[in-house]
Amino acid sequence: MKILVAVKRVADPDNLNKIKLSAQGKVDATGLEPKASPYDEYALETALRLNENGANTKARLGETVVVTFAPKEAEPMLRAMLGTGADRAIRVDAKDDALDGDLVARGLAAVVAREKPDLVLLGYQQAESESNEVGQMLAEYLGWPQATFAGSVKSEDDKALVVGREIEGATAQVRVTLPAVVTVLDKIVHPRSVQSRHTAATHAYPDGVRFAALMAIMAAKKKPLVELVLADLVPDVALKVTYGTVELPPRRAAGVKVKDVKELVSKLKTEAKVI
Amino acid sequence: MGGTLVVAELGDGQVKRSTHSAITFAREVGGPYSILVLGDGVAAPAKELSAFGAQKVLVADDPSLAHALAERFAPTVAQVARQGGWDTVVVAATTFGKDLAPRVAAKLSAGYAPDVDRVKVEGGKRSYRRPQYAGNALGWLEIATATQVVSVRQTEFVAAEPSGGISPVESVAKAADDPAAARVEFVRVEAGTSERPDLGEARVVVSGGRSLKEQFKQVLEPLADALGAAIGASRAACDAGYAAPELQVGQTGRTVAPQLYVAVGISGAIQHIAGMKSSKYIVAINKDPDAPIFQIADYGLVADLFVAVPELVKELKAPG
Repeated sequence: MKILVAVKRVADPDNLNKIKLSAQGKVDATGLEPKASPYDEYALETALRLNENGANTKARLGETVVVTFAPKEAEPMLRAMLGTGADRAIRVDAKDDALDGDLVARGLAAVVAREKPDLVLLGYQQAESESNEVGQMLAEYLGWPQATFAGSVKSEDDKALVVGREIEGATAQVRVTLPAVVTVLDKIVHPRSVQSRHTAATHAYPDGVRFAALMAIMAAKKKPLVELVLADLVPDVALKVTYGTVELPPRRAAGVKVKDVKELVSKLKTEAKVI
Repeated sequence: MGGTLVVAELGDGQVKRSTHSAITFAREVGGPYSILVLGDGVAAPAKELSAFGAQKVLVADDPSLAHALAERFAPTVAQVARQGGWDTVVVAATTFGKDLAPRVAAKLSAGYAPDVDRVKVEGGKRSYRRPQYAGNALGWLEIATATQVVSVRQTEFVAAEPSGGISPVESVAKAADDPAAARVEFVRVEAGTSERPDLGEARVVVSGGRSLKEQFKQVLEPLADALGAAIGASRAACDAGYAAPELQVGQTGRTVAPQLYVAVGISGAIQHIAGMKSSKYIVAINKDPDAPIFQIADYGLVADLFVAVPELVKELKAPG
């Protein structure tokens, strides 16, 4: 099937505790290496697994297109994804502060109208803003069903997907008829979380996302990467949500080291009074 | 007219406590509020919610609303909000709320403030604060549209208590189905089989990391029993299969803020800390004295957990 994967470049998610405040009271992530938001990488991995036979991951059995809303600096991320197995990439030129989740959703709806994918995959939230909104808004704008918090997905002949949604303390299974929007959790890249129509049910993937081989990275330089203009896609680029200043949360001070279990219990009883 | 429409969250036909957090938000911003209950056969939860000082409890009772599917709920929430002239729609930031609210916002062409931990009004302008960057920044946002959709964190909006009085309960019509409604079908829920308190509501949480290996349950359960605690886990422990995925605490898992959080063999990756750092007291037990978890723990014990935890259980059970 044809799958559109929406991705976002963020500051190194493993080092977000190193962000600072700028003089203007905004987040300053200087020095943090830009990377793809991990959940979006899981979304790409999901797409690749759905569009291949796990026994021969070199043959692509459906088209996977990645799309991002970002300045030109995000192109290396897209090239890397082409190296990993995506067939084409689209960059909608836009700066972060000219976007909100709603505008990205409307922009994606316009890309969907051009590309006509069977499925749109996204990370359940991106690692910086953690808004968890674009997939749901996109589904509404398209009039499509949505399956959020997906920990597993099983294709039923590429006509429908059975999605295991991880909700509090339980897994809720829903069946969505394609085309649909699915947003994924990290659990989606576990060995048996994705069952495509092409792959034997017994197949187990290595845990996590795949990495591009050097040859594939070289070949990816020839794969199409097109640039689109946001205003051509969405006539009204006014934002509904704008961020003002940012605060850093109060740092939790390190407490004391206790010497043994007896002292720990005594502190919890007499000092913290929580037991 | 303005005011807030609170969307209730039900589970197994019961009012979930998350609903009370959304009510707290409505009380905090002031003005009238009503509570919308959607479901199939929901007279009892509607009656229960009539004790919370709402102007009205509105009930959309229909077999097609038996399962909480955003494609089925959003049209009715949006229609009720529009017809009632409510300028704010609020729901708790649970998976239910996070699934539903953006869809409602798009339907209403409204701005959406997700996962909010604080709200303030200055000079008639409302702003919302929300944790971002794995909890390392708190951003204030403003919404430009007259209608605003909000989801609120349960850990910061403390559950509302009944306020006396009885709100009138009124039926509202279910909205016409969206085209998407026919293309989604609830299959089943596989619930975790825990007898323990829910992670999000427990007073004490005991969490384990990957170093517990196959002995995850064997080591942690006696401690959880001794403390009446819920059990949580690090992402690494869940990924390795030592703990069930629904136990995961952190950025991708649950966000918890208990009175006491005991981190056993957890190093303290930032994505884990994002999910538990609002806990009142944090205890860390780890044999690595340089583990980052000790930087945020109130009480740290550098020890082999396989020795220290059984000893702790014994000490907790000791009389006096």
